[in-house]
Amino acid sequence: MSLRLEDVSSVRGGETHLHDISLSLERGSLNVLLGRTLSGKTSLMRVMAGLDAPTAGRVLVDGRDVAGIDVRKRSVAMVYQQFINYPSLTVFENIASPLRVQRRPQEEIDRRVRDTARLLKLEPHLGRMPLALSGGQQQRTAIARALVKGADLVLLDEPLANLDYKLREELRTELPRIFESSGAIFVYATTEPLEAMLLGGSVVCLFEGRALQTGDTSAVYRRPHSLRVAELFSDPPLNTVAVEKRDGSVAYHGGGTAQANGLYAGLHDGPYRVGFRAHQLALANGPAKGADGRHVFPATVALTEITGSESFVHLERDGANWVAVLPGVHEYPPGQTLEAALDPDDIFVFDAEGRLVVAPASG
Amino acid sequence: MARIDLVELAHSYGGATADPASFALKPTSMTWRQGGAYALLGPSGCGKTTLLNIISGIVKPSRGKVLFDGEDVMALTTQQRNIAQVFQFPVIYDTMTVGENLAFPLKNRGMGRAAIEARVLEIAGLLELLPHLGRKASRLTADAKQKISLGRGLVRADVAAILFDEPLTVIDPALKWELRSKLKVLHRALDLTMIYVTHDQTEALTFADTVVVMHEGSVVQTGTPEELFLRPDHTFVGYFIGSPGMNVLPAEVRGRQARIAGHTLGLERAYSDLPDAARVEIGIRPEFVHLARPAPELLAAKVERIDDLGRSRFAHVRMGDLRIAASVPRGLSIAADEMALVFEPAQIHVYADSRRVEGAA
Repeated sequence: MSLRLEDVSSVRGGETHLHDISLSLERGSLNVLLGRTLSGKTSLMRVMAGLDAPTAGRVLVDGRDVAGIDVRKRSVAMVYQQFINYPSLTVFENIASPLRVQRRPQEEIDRRVRDTARLLKLEPHLGRMPLALSGGQQQRTAIARALVKGADLVLLDEPLANLDYKLREELRTELPRIFESSGAIFVYATTEPLEAMLLGGSVVCLFEGRALQTGDTSAVYRRPHSLRVAELFSDPPLNTVAVEKRDGSVAYHGGGTAQANGLYAGLHDGPYRVGFRAHQLALANGPAKGADGRHVFPATVALTEITGSESFVHLERDGANWVAVLPGVHEYPPGQTLEAALDPDDIFVFDAEGRLVVAPASG
Repeated sequence: MARIDLVELAHSYGGATADPASFALKPTSMTWRQGGAYALLGPSGCGKTTLLNIISGIVKPSRGKVLFDGEDVMALTTQQRNIAQVFQFPVIYDTMTVGENLAFPLKNRGMGRAAIEARVLEIAGLLELLPHLGRKASRLTADAKQKISLGRGLVRADVAAILFDEPLTVIDPALKWELRSKLKVLHRALDLTMIYVTHDQTEALTFADTVVVMHEGSVVQTGTPEELFLRPDHTFVGYFIGSPGMNVLPAEVRGRQARIAGHTLGLERAYSDLPDAARVEIGIRPEFVHLARPAPELLAAKVERIDDLGRSRFAHVRMGDLRIAASVPRGLSIAADEMALVFEPAQIHVYADSRRVEGAA
């Protein structure tokens, strides 16, 4: 099936939850809704599921307006952040329940429940009660129940948020494969940029009820059309600085003027906002190395966070916080002044309204 | 403020006579230094919450005891132990203002008004809550409420320790960065012993000076983030820390050579007396296995999947029957499935029955 939203808005209790959203989702596609808490992810899913009618606009399934069609007649499955199972039924019967409702033969139920349980590593637990399982196992049971049904539209609302990190990592890598084999439309809401990248597919960036940008997940990450999308799609948070280009040079707010080389070369004179992710900021301990065309600023270390594989160095410069990520272990004492270096070919430049002017040529 | 000693602690929810293998917490002894920032890291069911609840006095252990500054506290309640706790979900009073919420634990201890005000202002300042002090807590977002919860945990200067139980689970990623660095700054400013329980390696590694990794009721390694990353003592630590986790590959190890899937890898150290009956594996982190263009002298591998994380890429490859995660150098184009792998010999560890074996120079 295909699902189309045309200019959908949703206003509840005087508050606009969704604002003029148009989307087209195809069979076999994985669609990530990326947005912070209260950005409209859940509201959008409820409209897609038919649980809420839009205040304005239309929801079309295979070209037909589904307004007024009973939710139960629509082929939709939903998984929530909280684990929801039938506490008095075994894991097997929990997964089997949608098939029982469909009155499938026992043999088919057995086969489909076992296939789905294998996919989600629940086979050893089929005879147990949900509340005797760990949180991760309970959530996998809920996901299995949504998948076994073979629904045309599967909505997952931050399904891994309450799971252990490692389990999340495993499920994240398995889910795209599971999605691919099913042929349904998958919609997956998350607050995490990394999760969106690992899932792949296409992404809808939501901010205050608006779909700011839609497209191939990795393409949107590499070419965010606005400062807002770049901020939404950066973890650690996006670093930014205001600049002014004039007469072949670029002046950074808070101090520092450099030659307008790299991506600055093609800009008209005027004010801009420059954004760069943590890995786009290099650190040097010694004297400024501006000779290679990089732009160098003194910045003060606020804090270093070390994960072993990487070090996140939090810097203060002109009242703003920047984060740099370096591979390996680097400990800088708070208060130390470092040279932060920016490659002018590896930055995002936004205009005064926050619209993208130019992005790095390669990822 | 106190040093905390755990002496021969063990716990079974089935009672002290239950099968030792079923214990939620297997015999554990450990010292938490005054003023340290610790993380207890492990998957759900590993025993970390049981251990936390024993320290706070919520759970009475089947065996062993807890000492605060050398004194046995087993007979004391949580309140008498003088411990502050911050939980996964905000615990605050909706009817009170932000300031009243922060002051509450101090009022409860009968602290003077001026002293309360000074401390509330200090903590609110550190957490950037000053503009909200007069607002009713009920009108705030979940994020802001959790910030107040953290503030309530931190407000008392006289606590023996502050225990955090997955405090950032409900927080948006962008704010997680902010709150985590706040916690670190607060730890430095306040000289309090902090114990942070989490299943999230990033939170544990970035918060703590010392990370305690738990697995099936036992502590498998205690160390700095660097030690846990570069020298995992147990294959579980290798797997659990790092994303993707360490490659653990069945191997035959003789002297300075390891054979995996019919290929020979050179090792930096020599392993001469591995026990005969032991299950021998080598471990190497994906960060130290590099994908490369095929070449006769390199190990051939077949690419199954590339994970693009934005700032880095990992390849999931197959070498014979083995599945290996490898890092993809920047700018390497992967035109065909048939690629090669380069291992960094200095980063290969040898494990016998899951425990790391120290090689000879």
